[in-house]
Amino acid sequence: MFDWFDSDVLLQQLLLGLSNGMIIALIALGYTMVYGIIELINFAHGDLFMLGSFLALTLVGAAMNCGLVDPALMGESSHWWLLGTLVVVCGIFCGGLNLCIDHFAYKPLRRASKLSQLVAAIGVSFIIVNLGLFWGGLPMEVLGGGGAAAAPKDFPHLVSDVNLLGEESFVVMTWNDVVIFVVTIPLMIGLTLFVKFTKLGMAMRATAQHATAARLMGVDVNKVIAATFAIGGFLGGAASVLYANYNSTVSFQMGFRAGMDAFTAAVLGGIGSLPGAMLGGLLIGLVRAMSDQYVGSEWTNVVVFSLLVLILIFRPTGLLGLKQREKV
Amino acid sequence: MSASNSLLLEIHELTAGYGSIEVLHGVSIQVHTGEIVSLIGGNGAGKSTSLSCISGIVPLRSGAVRFAGESLAGVAAHAIVKRGLVQVPEGRKIFPRMTVLENLRMGAYARTDRAAIESDLEEVYALFEILKGRSSQLGGTLSGGEQQMLAIGRALMSRPKLLMMDEPSMGIAPLLVAKIFEAVKSLRARGLTILLVEQNARAALKLADRGYVLETGRVVLSGTGAELLSDPRVQAAYLGE
Repeated sequence: MFDWFDSDVLLQQLLLGLSNGMIIALIALGYTMVYGIIELINFAHGDLFMLGSFLALTLVGAAMNCGLVDPALMGESSHWWLLGTLVVVCGIFCGGLNLCIDHFAYKPLRRASKLSQLVAAIGVSFIIVNLGLFWGGLPMEVLGGGGAAAAPKDFPHLVSDVNLLGEESFVVMTWNDVVIFVVTIPLMIGLTLFVKFTKLGMAMRATAQHATAARLMGVDVNKVIAATFAIGGFLGGAASVLYANYNSTVSFQMGFRAGMDAFTAAVLGGIGSLPGAMLGGLLIGLVRAMSDQYVGSEWTNVVVFSLLVLILIFRPTGLLGLKQREKV
Repeated sequence: MSASNSLLLEIHELTAGYGSIEVLHGVSIQVHTGEIVSLIGGNGAGKSTSLSCISGIVPLRSGAVRFAGESLAGVAAHAIVKRGLVQVPEGRKIFPRMTVLENLRMGAYARTDRAAIESDLEEVYALFEILKGRSSQLGGTLSGGEQQMLAIGRALMSRPKLLMMDEPSMGIAPLLVAKIFEAVKSLRARGLTILLVEQNARAALKLADRGYVLETGRVVLSGTGAELLSDPRVQAAYLGE
């Protein structure tokens, strides 16, 4: 069993929690941005993330087939270029796909009731999950790949597994941890600056605060919404590569849990708030890690979703959300 | 009619509404360059709907809206702003979590002439001095009157050819109402054309070159501001005499 006061165990779990938390935060941003602008909880977002990781796996397999990377060296040497390429390509893939989803599934329902949009989002989620199942059945030449369509698939470590804290250290930190921070922190800073200072970012904030007023200022609200889906999708795609690389496995069902974690994070931080999603993601990552270690991993989903219910009851505006929604 | 007095906005037999309810049953209004035209009427007469329809927020069902000689039928709201037809909406609708400066910059969203935007910003601050001192304050923290000034300033930042104002005096302290009507006067003196919707009929007609009285979606009276002010029907219904 574990020792309550073992600081090494605690440190290890803190690191795990922070790393996974950064990934959750990146996904949560996609939820919170879309909610902020059209008040839609895009339930397909987690599944979009799943599809990104399938593309990453397929591309890693292709890179191996083409002899660009040596399967025997996975986890030994670092393939930074491959990881970087995957982040960008999967980001663009998910961003583009999210744009299409908005255009074909949500945009026609913009004037319909919120419930219709929500049902559409759930429908899109089902479609994507089944696309993932189909994709999982395609032959993919990756380490331990193949198998049944529904089976979880191994994803290789694209960067070195060597412990950066030294061979002797109990706490393990590898480049696979570091790369998460190297990718997510600039993305978050970039997003914050983008929203604060660029014209499109201003238009996004204006539309979120008062869509009609934004139209009366000359903002093409449909374009702003499309941009929001594209950016949120890009962040989800980038997160999918980091997630697959860090957790070494992808499955067609992983979008549900990751999506629920990220949605909980967005609600915890205050849905609609960008810093809230970042903070919420980190907290959910830490809660998961602590629960895995000190409560038992079989209870972790219960802990996280109980937290979701408690926030919705006692502090529906979240930690950094607005005290109350401005109306009229 | 002289060139400086040419027809800028022409609304002909406009009908519009929401769902199965028709609010406007054929409204015709004309605004000439340089004029202040007031649209008065009671609650639910269709004043705000008229402006929303002209702005492209509410779709027009029949009739025509022509601005500077071009039809606005089917033109998107954001594209109408680019043509110089801009609205200060009812209830101000400023962006509450953006600073005063950011709100004003949003007003210039459709523009690309950076240098001129900066000089227009100074002009708005000169018109409403109180905004300058509050430029980094969030819009939502301003008082109602200050928000109204911000909303007008924001609309001016788009360099409108025609400014439509929807109930600028609503819910505002009397002292600030006077200030806002002062500002409207000085804008007209600079040559801005204004279409003013008001429940405060007396103030609106005093200011106006011409006016229209709207009742249940129809224009029932029109004339110069002075004519309408002395019209017994207007006095009885809207001036409380």
